[in-house]
Amino acid sequence: MRVLGIETSCDETGVALYDTDRGLLADVLYSQIAMHGEYGGVVPELASRDHTRKLLPLIQEALDAARLARDELDGIAYTAGPGLVGALMVGASTAHGLARALNIPVLGVHHMEGHLLAPMLEDEPPAFPFVALLVSGGHTQLVEVGGLGRYRLLGESVDDAAGEAFDKAAKMLGLAYPGGPQVARLAERGDPRRFRFPRPMTDRPGLDFSFSGLKTHTLTAANKLRDEAGELIDQDRADIARAFEEAVVDTLVIKCRRALDQTGLKRLVVAGGVSANARLRERLGVEVAKRGARAYYPRGRFCTDNGAMIAYVGAQRLLAGERDDTTMRAVPRWPLDRLTPPAS
Amino acid sequence: MPTLLALDASSSACSCAVWRDGEVFSRFALTPREHTRRLMPMIDEVLTEAGLVPADLDALAYGRGPGSFTGLRIAAGVAQGLAFGLGRPLIGVSTLQALALAAHRQHHLRYVIPALDARMNEIYVAAYHCRDGQLTPLLDEAVMAPQRFSLPEACRDADWSGVGSGWTLWDSMPPLIQDALSQRLPDMQPAAAEMARLAAEAFAAGQGQPAHAVQPVYLRDRVAWQRG
Repeated sequence: MRVLGIETSCDETGVALYDTDRGLLADVLYSQIAMHGEYGGVVPELASRDHTRKLLPLIQEALDAARLARDELDGIAYTAGPGLVGALMVGASTAHGLARALNIPVLGVHHMEGHLLAPMLEDEPPAFPFVALLVSGGHTQLVEVGGLGRYRLLGESVDDAAGEAFDKAAKMLGLAYPGGPQVARLAERGDPRRFRFPRPMTDRPGLDFSFSGLKTHTLTAANKLRDEAGELIDQDRADIARAFEEAVVDTLVIKCRRALDQTGLKRLVVAGGVSANARLRERLGVEVAKRGARAYYPRGRFCTDNGAMIAYVGAQRLLAGERDDTTMRAVPRWPLDRLTPPAS
Repeated sequence: MPTLLALDASSSACSCAVWRDGEVFSRFALTPREHTRRLMPMIDEVLTEAGLVPADLDALAYGRGPGSFTGLRIAAGVAQGLAFGLGRPLIGVSTLQALALAAHRQHHLRYVIPALDARMNEIYVAAYHCRDGQLTPLLDEAVMAPQRFSLPEACRDADWSGVGSGWTLWDSMPPLIQDALSQRLPDMQPAAAEMARLAAEAFAAGQGQPAHAVQPVYLRDRVAWQRG
């Protein structure tokens, strides 16, 4: 079954073609990051307008890349949520119109289920069951994955997502939006012993996270240095970035360790934008090795939002006979553990 | 004669219409916040009534604005998806022009000022001279505070009528406009039936375009503020 996947939940327009026999056939992406950078964050109305401009050309580009004609598609999957409602609506309406024209089934899928199963697009996909750490600008969650649609939420952030904390720390250090990856680069040159930030919520049992307090520590450290020396020199910035990154990474590692112990599982999937963080991968690598476990990561471009993961999840569910009725779905808030296996 | 499907979700109403050999089959419903649920079934109904399947369509059309931003994009998405999937041209129809045509056809009005409530104390507005089903624009479409609206120079003394939700802001209209207006119909909504008629003419005039090229017309483009 050949499925077109459409992702428009936030500030990336992603389109991909996935074949349940032949795998991924095409994957194209347009990122709006540069546009939103001028405003210091994602502007929902501008994001929606841009999705409307870019979506059809990207679909054509994906079809061309796969050397497929429109009428060779067997189904369409789109991100129905969670995300920005206006942005989601662009993908939902286009998918429904296109599906009607081609007389093929269409299905709205869950964005985070896409991230969870993105490692399935790699050569050595993890077998079920596994523990997944979803860590991005919008989410920080630990999930026990028993199979397609079998998700148990083990813990999540009670406030900021880890990626959001990275972006906010970047702002405090005077880095341009979105600064998360720049914080990580800066941290490489930082002295890990100069500052030590707390590891929130690690001193008590449980798998929930909290990252909003780290902002305060970052700001306090930066302000103190500014007051003392009149300015922040590059090394100060690097040292603060290092302390911040160590605190976030350490917290994530401690909770992953606990999640593996608690579930007794030996496979850990790490997905979402922050999963590209080198320090996190290094530390998790050591931890899983100690346990005889294994960590799985999607390739770099599938760590962030993309159409491939939506095409993949959609294909699995469409193949099982699941499909939308005539309602275009855009669900801004949609807890992952509300999902069920495909109804057969 | 072409066969085409027009759809609209630009206001609190949702509508679609088939133009088939000069005959119009249409559906219209006031469905605030229900467009995503109602639009596809309406399309199916109207196609069935006209005895058509999507592949029979020669062209697609949608209310390209101005209007509710999200509504415009819902109609754009469905219309673009249909047009792209069928490999047919797409036509964007002005919601203001559709309103003017409705006023002309249903109430025999000749000098029409269609206006839509743009919120934030502004209106989307245009002006048309309508004669024998033909519309001549007298003012460019614009978004503005109602206080700033003025009649086209050349036709100040014509018998003007106001149609559309913009006229609920009557108290904010300049006295000159209030005096010039012989009637107002603030309850009229843009509808796909008129869009289908306008699109059929545009299609006959060779104005169909590739689906991706027909973007919504928002008029209000200042929707975010750059930092410092």
